[in-house]
Amino acid sequence: MTETVVRRRTPWLAATVHSVRSETAVARTIVLDVPGWPGHVAGQHADVKLTAPDGYSAQRSYSLAAPADGERIELTVQLVEDGEVSPYLVDELLPTDQLEVRGPIGGWFTWHATEPGPVLLVAGGSGIVPLMAMVRERARAGSTAPFALVYSTRGPADAFYADELAAADIATTMVYTRTATDTRPAGRITAADLPDAAGARVYVCGPTGFVETVSDLLLAHGHDAANIRTERFGPSGG
Amino acid sequence: MSIVSRGFHGRREPAAADLPPGQYLTRDFPVLQAGPTPRVDLDTWQFTISNEAGAKYTWSWRELLALPSEKTTTDIHCVTRWSKLGTTWQGVSLDTLFADVETAADHALVHSYGGYTTNLPLEDLLDGKAWIAYRFEGEDLTPDHGGPARLLVPHLYFWKSAKWVTRIDLLNDDEPGFWEQLGYHNYGDPWREQRYTDD
Repeated sequence: MTETVVRRRTPWLAATVHSVRSETAVARTIVLDVPGWPGHVAGQHADVKLTAPDGYSAQRSYSLAAPADGERIELTVQLVEDGEVSPYLVDELLPTDQLEVRGPIGGWFTWHATEPGPVLLVAGGSGIVPLMAMVRERARAGSTAPFALVYSTRGPADAFYADELAAADIATTMVYTRTATDTRPAGRITAADLPDAAGARVYVCGPTGFVETVSDLLLAHGHDAANIRTERFGPSGG
Repeated sequence: MSIVSRGFHGRREPAAADLPPGQYLTRDFPVLQAGPTPRVDLDTWQFTISNEAGAKYTWSWRELLALPSEKTTTDIHCVTRWSKLGTTWQGVSLDTLFADVETAADHALVHSYGGYTTNLPLEDLLDGKAWIAYRFEGEDLTPDHGGPARLLVPHLYFWKSAKWVTRIDLLNDDEPGFWEQLGYHNYGDPWREQRYTDD
């Protein structure tokens, strides 16, 4: 038997803004209706293309924040100072506006609801976005995979999805680098902030320095490098 | 015809004319990798070329540094859309390393410490197009950017420039590497915007 694999170039698709909601003062979630969206796996991202009236265009990649709801997808975008695309997405875009998307992209930093866990998620700043897609996929699918999340931000006001995370049935630890709490002084993530999570698949997403620090902590704790999947961003011109 | 996004004008970097399609300019050096950064001991570091008959040509760190090195200034383009212009590297040309290698193979599969792989045609490694680089902007290459040594193949998207390189296998048949199995283009020419499979 010869297996015929039919593949098509991933097309650019017209997307219409369904709604937007603020996550923090400098980040918002954009809900898009994308006819023809093929579906995606938690952790994947999408390319976004904006085109000006004279044909000039700019493209960026953003993590998908939630499982696909039919042909409706969500991106959460944080403003990059001096950025070219993110200021438009965070401050200007309105419902019914149009842009183009392409995807899904990325097949490594992904979690399928069929995987039994345990899973440890470690997020720095807007690195929470692809990990939130995994938390939401677990809930959507009714998975009972043990999940733990450690989420580092400057302070409580900088956390995305705070109410939803507080209500989720996963063990969430907040780490504030600039805000002291009753149980923890302000400061960067340390070994004491990470649960044991022996044998877990670990997903780490955040700025380069954060990912580097957390990866070293995990390796020192005895996690196998093969079980640690990382995704890093910036600082870049987004 | 593209869809116009209301109110979007863009920043239009003056250098955009030098950029491949869909890329933007960055002055930082973002780090992208699939897992933890391997820490490689120079005392045990090795670089090996293995031909299609299984013959191995191996260099220690000391032997690599003893080879003639070249400095090259080049633009680099990441599939995640950032480009960085005028980066300066120092390393050993693959032409030097391949000088005594007997092969009739057409394909190369590059292996890194940590398990990463990437594939490319052998001809893209030769004729002054690729280096084993160990210095960046005049400094030793740091582990997060692939140190002690990485492959540098700047005419292809930068995932082909494997960090922490340790071995190149020459193959008669093409074999996809890590990202090439996960939806990224098999060849990865930024000027033809070959980002994803079948672009």
